[in-house]
Amino acid sequence: MSARDSILARIREALRVSVPGHPGERETQPNDGVTGVRQVLPQVPDDFPGQVALFAERSEGLKTEFLPCADDSAASAQLKMLAEREKWESIALPADDRIRTLLSAVSLSKIEVSRATAKTDLEKVSAGITGCDALIAQTGSVLVTAASAGGRALSVLPVHHVVIAMSSQVVPDLPAAFELLERKYAPNFPSFMTFITGPSRTGDIERVLVLGAHGPRKLSVILIGGEGTEPATPS
Amino acid sequence: MASAASQFDIDATRMVGDTDQREMVQRSLSGYEKTRSSNASRFQDWESARTLAAAIKDEAIRHLDQYLVQFEEKLVARGVKVFWANDAVEARTYILDLARTKQAKSIVKSKTMVSEEIHLNEALEEAGFHVVESDLGEFIVQLRHEPPYHIVFPAMHLTRGQISELFQQKLGAQPTADPEELTMIARKALRQEYLSADIGITGANFAVAETGMISITENEGNARLTCALPKTHVVLLGIEKVLPRLADLALFLPMLATAGTGQQITCYNSMVSGPRSAEELDGPEEMHVILLDNSRTRLLADAEQRDSLRCIRCGACLNVCPIFRNVGGHTYGTTYQGPIGSVITPHLRGLQSWQHLSQASSLCGACTETCPVKIDLHHHLLQNRRNAVAEKGSPFQRLGFKAFAFVVNRPSWFGIAIRAMKVFAPLQRLFNATSADPAWSWTKSRELPAFARKSFRDLWKQRTQ
Repeated sequence: MSARDSILARIREALRVSVPGHPGERETQPNDGVTGVRQVLPQVPDDFPGQVALFAERSEGLKTEFLPCADDSAASAQLKMLAEREKWESIALPADDRIRTLLSAVSLSKIEVSRATAKTDLEKVSAGITGCDALIAQTGSVLVTAASAGGRALSVLPVHHVVIAMSSQVVPDLPAAFELLERKYAPNFPSFMTFITGPSRTGDIERVLVLGAHGPRKLSVILIGGEGTEPATPS
Repeated sequence: MASAASQFDIDATRMVGDTDQREMVQRSLSGYEKTRSSNASRFQDWESARTLAAAIKDEAIRHLDQYLVQFEEKLVARGVKVFWANDAVEARTYILDLARTKQAKSIVKSKTMVSEEIHLNEALEEAGFHVVESDLGEFIVQLRHEPPYHIVFPAMHLTRGQISELFQQKLGAQPTADPEELTMIARKALRQEYLSADIGITGANFAVAETGMISITENEGNARLTCALPKTHVVLLGIEKVLPRLADLALFLPMLATAGTGQQITCYNSMVSGPRSAEELDGPEEMHVILLDNSRTRLLADAEQRDSLRCIRCGACLNVCPIFRNVGGHTYGTTYQGPIGSVITPHLRGLQSWQHLSQASSLCGACTETCPVKIDLHHHLLQNRRNAVAEKGSPFQRLGFKAFAFVVNRPSWFGIAIRAMKVFAPLQRLFNATSADPAWSWTKSRELPAFARKSFRDLWKQRTQ
């Protein structure tokens, strides 16, 4: 018998004895998860400005630099500001028209990531600039996937990660983020998806918080349409 | 070699005298308590969240065979190779063979307790492979050739001074007392490892059956780098990690963080469903998922303690345990320390050799109260004690308990026994705290309480007269 068959046989044998009345044991229906979960998780405002304000508050606690701005030209100006302030020497970005345009005013050496991009080159750039799938107000998280962030490495290897988000991408909570993933990708999910919540961190030495353990030391989130406006119609 | 039980006694006694280390442990855990309670209170209803989490895990366990098959099917459809391992040997052999086939020179690992459980590093190193732990705490304990101190905080017992000394010796680093500088030394050393590693090995915090994904929770980014850069990604996980639906993560990701480290959610929560696909820019060419039993089905067969398989390895029960706080992590001599380790180790490695861990408990129930998936931990400790005696109690112990039961069930005998003890008490004092003392196992480290002048029975008699 293969290991697979013997493990499954042992499981079936063990499960013949059922356990009534364990604390918390009940039959959950396939779809009652989301509502139930939403009722126990931290509360989130219903309106867009409230959600942006919560995202800003979470960002502050997490040491994420949150930069809401009115439109594309304001976002361009923010990128220029970051380039100067952080003294960027080179940057990397996905092959994406909108991000390319937003960065047109930043005149630095740029790598547009492709299959051919060497990881050692990506490691040396001053910043990686990516899009995202969603911003989650509840947790201050940025949801990225291999599809939205130029693969797996661009958002983790450079020392500074800059996220460009649209107001239509703000979602209230984690259940909404998973609904979005299912709607957008199921059943062909990108092979890699991750919730990024603040810059990389560790507390492994005497529980002292240190940023930039292995991933980016800085995380900046530029939200276009996030300043005093209602969200654009979701695409 | 000393038995696990006598080694536990030796180490616990030594640790109780090590006030520096105990202070380190207490201090870091008191910080955890503060942030944890503030984040738990942000939940609209933390108690209902626990009930819901327990119910979802139970559902997964009750249909474990179906969910595992579904998980496998989805992964295979994405080109993942799934391997089922009955035990540690089979899992190790698979990874060793893979490393040989790939002619791997170096292997980078992100934190996985299952690899500690199967002693993977030793096996790989013995076979001549270069293996590096990339989680900072794990990297530190690997350099010291010691096991993790705690399932979530592997190096919590070390001071910055000790770590600096270690980095000077092993990495030729400059001395520093700054945790940030120490972290940067490790960051620099490990960057090269990610870039040159042929194989990346990670664990998984959850396995989503519905979509065939593994979910990895971390703060440092080392797991992300481990599954982004090497050409082959190997995932090692226990069969109990299954969750039915992708949306279940919306509950489990924040709960794991809150219970585990006191954070609202950890820095990175990644879901991986395969090697890079045809249209993707990067990622590994191959992904292997190893599903390990290693006695988990034995735990499943114990209906009374089956709920232990709900465990999400958050470490919360260790953090609140008065025993863990005083004897420290290494004293357990197990992969999983604290209350959960004391409960499951006898199932994984043998009841008679490991039942002593269930005796090392004050049965205060702090573990049960804190567990985010409501495992009935302190009752399981009692059940382990009962099972150990039922299976192989000493005749002396049985006789003792029989005599005790006989006496306490008969008021007159009980009265005589109390009076007799009062008579013998002055005699005991002659030998107090020497090895001739019949109460030696108590008095060697504690005072024997003095008898009250009047017993409760006497006082009661007076009152009711």
